[in-house]
Amino acid sequence: MRPMIRVDGLVKRFGPTTALAGVDLAVPAGRVVGVLGPNGAGKTTMVRVLATLLRPDAGTVQIGGLDVVRDAGRVRRLIGLTGQYAGVDGDLSGVENLVLLGRLLGMARRAARLRADELLARFELTEWASRPSRTYSGGLRRRLDLAASLVGRPEVLFLDEPTTGLDPHVRRELWQLVRELVADGVTVMLTTQYLEEADQLAHRITVFDRGRVVGDGSPDELKRRIGGHTVEVRPAVLTHMGAVAEVIERVTGAAAVQDVVSGRLTVPVGDPDVLAAVARALHLAGIEVAELALRLPSLDEVFLALTGKPALERVAVDGRVS
Amino acid sequence: MTAADHRPGGLVGALRDGCVLAGRGVRKIRRNPEHLVDVTVQPVLFLVVFGYLFGGAIAGSTGAYLQNLVPGLLAPSVLMATLSAGVGLNTDAGTGVFDRFRSMPIARSAPLTGVVLAAAVRYLIAVVVVLAVGAALGFRVRTGPVEVLAAAALLVAAGLCFCWVTVFLGMVLRHPDGVQGTAVALFMPLVFASSVFVPDATMPDWLRAWSAVNPVSLLTEVVRGLLNGGPVGGPLAGALAWLAGVLVVFFPLAIRAYHRRVQN
Repeated sequence: MRPMIRVDGLVKRFGPTTALAGVDLAVPAGRVVGVLGPNGAGKTTMVRVLATLLRPDAGTVQIGGLDVVRDAGRVRRLIGLTGQYAGVDGDLSGVENLVLLGRLLGMARRAARLRADELLARFELTEWASRPSRTYSGGLRRRLDLAASLVGRPEVLFLDEPTTGLDPHVRRELWQLVRELVADGVTVMLTTQYLEEADQLAHRITVFDRGRVVGDGSPDELKRRIGGHTVEVRPAVLTHMGAVAEVIERVTGAAAVQDVVSGRLTVPVGDPDVLAAVARALHLAGIEVAELALRLPSLDEVFLALTGKPALERVAVDGRVS
Repeated sequence: MTAADHRPGGLVGALRDGCVLAGRGVRKIRRNPEHLVDVTVQPVLFLVVFGYLFGGAIAGSTGAYLQNLVPGLLAPSVLMATLSAGVGLNTDAGTGVFDRFRSMPIARSAPLTGVVLAAAVRYLIAVVVVLAVGAALGFRVRTGPVEVLAAAALLVAAGLCFCWVTVFLGMVLRHPDGVQGTAVALFMPLVFASSVFVPDATMPDWLRAWSAVNPVSLLTEVVRGLLNGGPVGGPLAGALAWLAGVLVVFFPLAIRAYHRRVQN
């Protein structure tokens, strides 16, 4: 099947900086690809090229088989964009924003109004419809932003860090809305800094670092590469870190990453039940623990696994991860 | 099939998109009346300060001075109102709203057309406010409604030509403050070194020479002729030549700067 989004050897430079250093990507229709990476990895630049806002310096990008440079006008009929910065006019109300976009898409006044009402109802914004969107909370505005990108019923939707800065429960609401869109058959490209978000929504995750794709696979594949969960231990006494590391290695068979700054040790585990075993072993060894937790792998750990080096500023004394 | 398939292309479509976005601009003006300070409070202040403070000294009496000052203030008020086009576009260009427009199947020129047309509404507001407040202070039109409409049309046309200067500045300068400051610095010599506030007979020769060819002076003479009665032909030719000149130079510059700014 022909991919809905196809990126080949994409390069984008800004002066001396290379934001994208040869990116290849293919997304089948009706799927969600999560683009994961730290700030400055090139995620937003790629979305802007795909959404026809930036011209590539080299390589080709096709959306629905159409070239984003030569056929930009037709590509724009296929896509919707929810950028990192609010794409709604704060001076206009929710309904005015949506009607404006409908009118720009060629709808008659009445049709634009109907479409706006339909989207406002679907995104539970009817109550706020006539207030200026500048008075909306962050979550409301994001919902309106998402609704705004759907006025023209796009086949491909770009979501650039759609939940950055949102409360966890608002984030979950937004995830649900995205899931419903996918059920309607929309192809979604989602950039995020949160592994959990990509994990929740994406069929496939592409990991970016410094303008390159450093990892690609389904969430399960990626997680298997770094272990399903992470056990995190902070001994009450800093000098016990070595002893804790020994206990962890004995129980899990894997070397723990020691972060001397935060005084924490982390180790990826395949089976969440290992947490209980670690707790027991630490207790038997007489080591007092200040914190003991089981959590999902962080972006740090994905990076560590994929690139062999930490993505963020974290001091890894023993940086080997199975 | 998406709604976008029904839309007209070419010039008609571009104009339609521009008008829809101009509607957005007008709505924004209505939502934020404080953005109208430059076309309401400012001209009124000028009228009151110059009319009552300097009127006696310049023209012997406030009443006599106002009859010249009110039509005189129209051209400067419209000129200063063109700042909103450049500043507005500059402010818009950095926002997510602008990105959204650019990712949509609309004419590339539409956001620009929208800002320029919405600003024209402000020129009209400036004209109405100055004439209304002037009338309240004692100014009387000595001709008829046709002349008033002709004057308003000329002033709006002047605004539509001069706004390309501020649009150009808005697209080459990074910050709105820079656009505002540069445009004010450019326009001030036009506004004050003119026959708007004082008769140019008292000026030194070099200044009088400039005032005589200054577009604000020429526009002002035409407007005075139209509202107070008198010849308009001579200054009108000069004024139209200026408008054409500004348009020929700054329209292509502004368009090029706009495309460079939004393309990248």
